[in-house]
Amino acid sequence: MSLYQILFYVFASVAVIAAIRVVTVRNPVHAALFLVLTFFSTALVWVLMEAEFLGIVLLLVYVGAVMVLFLFVVMMLDVNIAPLREGFIKNLPVGVFVALVMIVELALILGPASFGLDIYPAPEAAPAGTGNTLAIGQVLYTKFVYPFEIAAFILLVAIVAAIALAHRRRPGVHYQDIDAQVRVRAEDRVRIAELDADKTRRGDLSGETSAQQDKETS
Amino acid sequence: MITEWLSPVIGWMSPDWQYFVVHVLLTLVIMMPIVVAVAYLTLAERKVIGYMHVRIGPNRVGPRGLFQPFADVFKLMFKEVITPTVANKFIFYLAPILILVAALVAWAVIPFDDGWVLADINAGLLYVLAIGAAGVYGVILAGWASNSKYALLGGMRSAAHKVAYELAMGFALVGVLMASGSLNLSEIVRGQEGSILHWYWLPLLPMFVVYFVSGVAETNRAPFDISEGESEIVAGFHVEYSGMAFALFMLAEYASMILISALAAVMFLGGWLSPFQGTFLEPVFAFVPGIVWFLLKISFLLFVFIWFRATFPRFRYDQIMRLGWKVFIPVTILWIAVEGVFHYYQVGPWF
Repeated sequence: MSLYQILFYVFASVAVIAAIRVVTVRNPVHAALFLVLTFFSTALVWVLMEAEFLGIVLLLVYVGAVMVLFLFVVMMLDVNIAPLREGFIKNLPVGVFVALVMIVELALILGPASFGLDIYPAPEAAPAGTGNTLAIGQVLYTKFVYPFEIAAFILLVAIVAAIALAHRRRPGVHYQDIDAQVRVRAEDRVRIAELDADKTRRGDLSGETSAQQDKETS
Repeated sequence: MITEWLSPVIGWMSPDWQYFVVHVLLTLVIMMPIVVAVAYLTLAERKVIGYMHVRIGPNRVGPRGLFQPFADVFKLMFKEVITPTVANKFIFYLAPILILVAALVAWAVIPFDDGWVLADINAGLLYVLAIGAAGVYGVILAGWASNSKYALLGGMRSAAHKVAYELAMGFALVGVLMASGSLNLSEIVRGQEGSILHWYWLPLLPMFVVYFVSGVAETNRAPFDISEGESEIVAGFHVEYSGMAFALFMLAEYASMILISALAAVMFLGGWLSPFQGTFLEPVFAFVPGIVWFLLKISFLLFVFIWFRATFPRFRYDQIMRLGWKVFIPVTILWIAVEGVFHYYQVGPWF
């Protein structure tokens, strides 16, 4: 077995096992971490298949951003997993049935009859030193520029909408105006007052010192 | 070349396995100097900050304190590693390893000299970004698994500000990509060939500043070290760690400092290129190998890291978030637009 094949089987089996653990493990944080492991192994399989751009972007987007937010939520909301598992046995037949139907459907479409090596021969390995990042970029910004820009615009609208829905200013809450705080100078806050010397204080002072002297002698 | 040199020893293996063995050896060749550099960076930090405070710094162990790092390492090795009773043990020990891995694997794509790179991949810049993004996990998990409120608060703070500054760093890298037209780090360095004025620090000056300051924030260094702000949350996400587990966090912090400096040197300061290129001094310094210039640039940037620590007081948390989201990201986006204009009019030797 070549190194390539060993690596493929290691990454693929880790991905499958981790995916199974995502749904079987009890602790939600562990489940999120297994999902990260699944993404990571999948990305490595993609890199083995010469899709290094997709693999790295999978890491960047899903592992670097989406799963971090997942972890945040799971860690902060102490999710009680037990009620979620109620009715597992009751719903099991339906779940197994749906899963079987999906597997059969997928097998019908994706089986060797329609995607076998005789229909789609294995692609030639790309020569060393080429990458597909440049190729994807060139197609994305020329041929598919309108779909790409429209997708970007929809995402922008979604971001604005999410912020507009979640962001509200309640009355009676104090906000810091950091610009004003940073701009403030010592002269704005401290006033050096010029006061006339107070003659009456002298008597007080001498009285105090004499009292102290009394204390020390006694 | 190395395969041929090692052929008496590994010649009986299949080519695949020879490749594997050679790359494991090369990884060690990169890794060992980094670990030694981390050890001496801690000494350099204490010495430099010491002199900046007008004191001597460590000077007891060995001549002028030169063996201090070894003393520190042995002390940490022989200390007990305490596991908090209700900690999630697996994740508790996984977290420091994750942080260290993220700080070390990015070195695979750093070109030390022309052709001296372990993995000369075309998506090098993307790889660096992806690895940096994965580095957040160690901090969050360390904070969560310790089952301590200070650790959790530290982890949360640190994760939030890392995510914020990662975006700014990503946009700064987009700026480099626009100037160089390549994601390959060696190509980026070759694009800066010419003279000190051809390096990308000049046309991308705002990006350089944003990248380096974000790098300081990413590595949780002063003045952005709120995740371990002693006065507020004791020591942040690693408050429950002791002995070697703690040492791994320190190792990762310093290794990522060196990494950020190396990346900044590659992308903005011409990597292995001589600063005297294009001047009358170029033939005088022609005998100096490129890696020396590269290491000198890294050392300078590391000195700046330490200098920052000795100079600036810690930021307040809301000010850090404001700087990341409301200052750095708009600045980088604006400069990307400016670069577009530069690119269109072919400004200077850079575009």
